[in-house]
Amino acid sequence: METHQDYTGSKIGMWLFLLSEIILFGGLFLLYSSYRYKNPLDFHLAAWELNRALGTINTMILITSSLFMALSIFFIQKGDRRSSALFLFATILLGILFLGIKYVEWTAKIEHGLYPNSPRLLGRGKGEVLFYGLYYSMTGLHGLHVLVGLFVLSGMLILMMKGKINENRFVPLENSGLYWHLVDIIWIFLFPLFYLIT
Amino acid sequence: MKDRDERFHRVTHQTYILVWLGLVILTGITVSMAGMSLGRSSIVIVLAIAAIKSGLVLSYFMHLKYEKGLFFKLMIPIVLAVLTIFIGLTFTDVAFR
Amino acid sequence: MTKNRVLEETHPIASFYDHQGRYRGIFAWILSTDHKRIGLLYLFSILLFFSVAVFFGFLMRLKLIAPGFALMKPQMYNALFTLHGIIQIFLVVLPAIPSIFGNFFLPIQIGARDMAFPRINLLSWWLYISGAIIIFLSLFTGGGPVDTGWTFYAPYSLRTTVNVPLAVFGVFVLGLSSILTGVNLVTTTHRLRASGMTWFRLPLFVWAIYATAWVQILATPVIGITLLLIMIERYFGVGVFDPAKGGDPLLYQHLFWIYSHPAVYIMILPAMGVISEIIPVFARKRIFGYKAIAFSSIAIASVGSLVWGHHMFVSGQSDLASVIFSFLTFLVAVPSAVKVFNWVATLYKGSIELKPPLLFALTFIFLFSIGGLTGLFQGALAVNMHLHDTYWVVGHFHYVIFGGMGFGFLAALHYWFPKMFGRMYDWKRAVWAWFILFIGFNILYFPMLILGWEGMPRRYYDYPPQFHTLHLISTIGSWILIAGLIWIFFNLVQGLRKGQRAGDNPWGGATLEWQIPSPPPKENFEKIPVVEKGPYDYTHS
Repeated sequence: METHQDYTGSKIGMWLFLLSEIILFGGLFLLYSSYRYKNPLDFHLAAWELNRALGTINTMILITSSLFMALSIFFIQKGDRRSSALFLFATILLGILFLGIKYVEWTAKIEHGLYPNSPRLLGRGKGEVLFYGLYYSMTGLHGLHVLVGLFVLSGMLILMMKGKINENRFVPLENSGLYWHLVDIIWIFLFPLFYLIT
Repeated sequence: MKDRDERFHRVTHQTYILVWLGLVILTGITVSMAGMSLGRSSIVIVLAIAAIKSGLVLSYFMHLKYEKGLFFKLMIPIVLAVLTIFIGLTFTDVAFR
Repeated sequence: MTKNRVLEETHPIASFYDHQGRYRGIFAWILSTDHKRIGLLYLFSILLFFSVAVFFGFLMRLKLIAPGFALMKPQMYNALFTLHGIIQIFLVVLPAIPSIFGNFFLPIQIGARDMAFPRINLLSWWLYISGAIIIFLSLFTGGGPVDTGWTFYAPYSLRTTVNVPLAVFGVFVLGLSSILTGVNLVTTTHRLRASGMTWFRLPLFVWAIYATAWVQILATPVIGITLLLIMIERYFGVGVFDPAKGGDPLLYQHLFWIYSHPAVYIMILPAMGVISEIIPVFARKRIFGYKAIAFSSIAIASVGSLVWGHHMFVSGQSDLASVIFSFLTFLVAVPSAVKVFNWVATLYKGSIELKPPLLFALTFIFLFSIGGLTGLFQGALAVNMHLHDTYWVVGHFHYVIFGGMGFGFLAALHYWFPKMFGRMYDWKRAVWAWFILFIGFNILYFPMLILGWEGMPRRYYDYPPQFHTLHLISTIGSWILIAGLIWIFFNLVQGLRKGQRAGDNPWGGATLEWQIPSPPPKENFEKIPVVEKGPYDYTHS
């Protein structure tokens, strides 16, 4: 019996899964575009309240984590396991930092009484209610994906330490990297739509 | 079977760093644009920059630029077309009620 | 109709049933990554859930046998039609052909030993079973069985106190199973074709499954997010579908139908693929217009993803959207018609052998055409005004789904039975059973078209006396239909237990599955074939 390890096939499978993730978020973008179209002013007003500095920092964090992810794969292909593991570890740290900042942002809003179904929020214009609804839903779903990604990357790090991921076998790391980059891309769109619209 | 046999392009780490720099700069541009009031067109510009950034991540970090075969060339255009159609047809309702 | 001659085998080849792997007993099945075993796991689970849903349908029809018949309370009736829909759509019709016959035969038909991702294949089945269990649990917990209809429309689904969250979460898990199956099927088709198996030498069943798998990957996530949003709405009240908070229930409908319309193409495309396999074999003739049929599968998948608004003509959506969706709905009938014309053209001047698989295939064409034509009525805006949410729609979708996909499924089962099980069933009994089913089917569903035309609304648990006669006829039809189904499966079970051993190629097919033993060995092929001719080349028969 032949064991087939089809590198390209494995990549195709991962990409197909990523396409389904893009569509998953696409449904939320559909809601966002519809509600923004109907409530342009309210969306503008609510967006001002979001912390643009933190949002920008988070964007930089994810972009840099993508760089580190790519470098991790670069080094494992060259056989430099140490550098690869270090960059993978750094990616994970940045991911944790991202979630930390999101936690800070969310708790700040919640303490101000601005969360789904809160009396304060319901007292505002309908567009603002929807903006926050979409904000929590979309950054929440994104954050969940970041969390899952961190678990997957940690798993990859462990495999790497055990030598199961090496210069001859790194497809799982590459596929995990693809997932991580997609998580970055989704944030690249979320960031302007929630923090930068004027 | 070595995974390495099938891949041949080797992206240098310099390329990665340059891409990262590009992403940082584009982020800077997009943030500063948000400060200016360009009205309607601001969302178009901001989304366009997001698209360029995503394109960089897709092409270089995710290696799409170096993948061979019709499948890899078509899959992003296909998924974008699908999303455009879903949102576009929905808008024939939302925008015309 | 004569029985086939059983081919003598000079030496028995160990089949995939005999293979001894790491596990014993039931674990050798439920932990197997062999695509053939997984296909059979799906077969038995799906038939089990189908029986439950048919029973619910039986109860519904019994309630409707006469006006005022107090068989059950309205709440129970609502739960029954909801669960009948959920089970039939998400647990039976959507997975049936791709996960049973796609799993079993796609790898063999392209000359591969298994799917691209055998362990993900097994995961798909486990997710499927988990989804079923979650839905089952929702019947007895947190407020009881759902009563929203399988469509879970907001705002009712956001407010009703029954266990909506668990039920929709179950469907979410089923969606994930479907997506993973789609990923597996697309990757397998791209990567594991044997040498010489070019795209245009692929059996049309493979083309059909391939097109379907793309829809599974690209459409299913939309219902995924929609179901998640129901849960988020119920628990957190974000407001996206709640008018009091500025939300729009119509956006729920858009998101829901963006998946659920292409879903019906996930249901019908594989069945059409089965018909494209069967017709040439039993006409002893190359299929007419191979490329047209292959591309029409892609066309149906694509254009079919653009018509979802035809479920919303009376919802309050804009006139512009309604006009556009109506036009696109008429357009999607064209590639389906292409297939029907090509099948009929294949039969013309063929050497017809009316054996059970062909009988079911021809019935598919007849019943699906009726269903499709009734769909065109609904696609016309002015007519839709009167037909929406009536029994006409119920009749329509049962003709296309049951008459279409259901008979296509039975055709596949009767065609591939000898290959999967190594035995042959009784043909005469199969024909009699078919006859009972066919009669029962039309007596059950045709009156619904008339009832709907006359104004009988759907999902109503009672009705005024003027509709009594047709409801009575329909209910009697349900009993005949069930008798037919029982007879069909009794015949197949008897075939399993006592049927004659089937040879490698009882029907004289030219596709690769007929060139290997019945049942196939674990690795499918002793040696991976080098393909030199097309799938419907009968020059040697």
